[in-house]
Amino acid sequence: MVISPEPRYRLPSAHLIYLDARTDVRQGRPQGWNRSAQPNFSLRRLRRAERSRERRPIGPIWKRKTPDMANKAIVAIKVGMTQLWDEDNRVVPVTMLQVEPCRVVQVKTDERDGYTAVQVTFGQREATKLSKPEAGHFDAAGVEPGQRLVELRLDDVSEIEVGQEFAADVLEAGEKVDVTAVSKGKGFAGVMKRHNFAGLKASHGVRGHRAPGSIGACATPSRVFKGKKMPGRMGAEKVTTLNLTVVQADAEREILLIRGSVPGPKGGVVVVRDAVKG
Amino acid sequence: MHSTDVVDQTQLRSDHPQFGPGDTVKVHVRVVEGNRERTQIFEGYVIARRGSGIRESFTVRKMSFGVGVERTFPLHAPTLAKIERTAVGDVRRSKLYYLRDRIGKSARVKEKRY
Repeated sequence: MVISPEPRYRLPSAHLIYLDARTDVRQGRPQGWNRSAQPNFSLRRLRRAERSRERRPIGPIWKRKTPDMANKAIVAIKVGMTQLWDEDNRVVPVTMLQVEPCRVVQVKTDERDGYTAVQVTFGQREATKLSKPEAGHFDAAGVEPGQRLVELRLDDVSEIEVGQEFAADVLEAGEKVDVTAVSKGKGFAGVMKRHNFAGLKASHGVRGHRAPGSIGACATPSRVFKGKKMPGRMGAEKVTTLNLTVVQADAEREILLIRGSVPGPKGGVVVVRDAVKG
Repeated sequence: MHSTDVVDQTQLRSDHPQFGPGDTVKVHVRVVEGNRERTQIFEGYVIARRGSGIRESFTVRKMSFGVGVERTFPLHAPTLAKIERTAVGDVRRSKLYYLRDRIGKSARVKEKRY
């Protein structure tokens, strides 16, 4: 058997596919190409990509929805929950977050990156535990390597510089915030836990008390509809809790207390930003 | 040790006397009526202490006009002006819920003799 040095087909660069398909979008399929020879070719995906590239706000300016953006944000570690008594002697449930000072590693601007954000790090990490790209990135910024790199999308980054530090006192008590974190993973969960189904009856000869029940009709449509709520992986996804109240922000003790609960496990990284819908 | 101790320590109270289940205590509770504040006394047997740290609480039971009344207080609540231990009980369990089923003489707790 002879192994040909040439591949069976030559995959053109993405750019070429894009140009070619765009010219022939009216015909519904790219011309001059054997579609089966191109793996993963999707006209729909291509059109979608094109649309998103050209997406502009539609409608009069007062009707345009401006993206909800935060003006300040901070990274924290979830410590756990406890309670406090307020001035009226009522119990306030609070989540304690540890906020180590954040160091700015990179500032992303509209001109260069197409969006505005700051990349920050916190804590310390041994130099031997850094990968070379990471080490180079920190070196270039002249910032001491930290535990993690987190990007905080902010509306206005014009006054933020690389190397700048900020602490828990960017927030103050009484302020409304949104808290984002990766929720606790629940594994493969049934419908009662995952979608709050009521389940089946507990007795009277019922088998399968936590089963979903019927998942559709019979010969019509003779299939199960897409998006049908079924058992599956639950949790371990990005969750944002909106409009929580800051009870205490203490930069000196590196503590942030937030009323109520916050997504994620203890020791998890959370992002706290001022409320976008508050 | 709890991870939240940094916050909890500021809230804990250390001014209460030692007391446990079976003891007779007088609990002085601050009551706010409008803009006036006064102290109410609730006296009875401690029938339970539960929880730990900032969430610890205790339950006091007393007979009031022939009706049993129980109140549960958070141990570290700022509304507690004072706790006085007036008698030490001689009991063999930590939760004295059996007192709820008893009436009259048998609903008493023996006092500890040294």
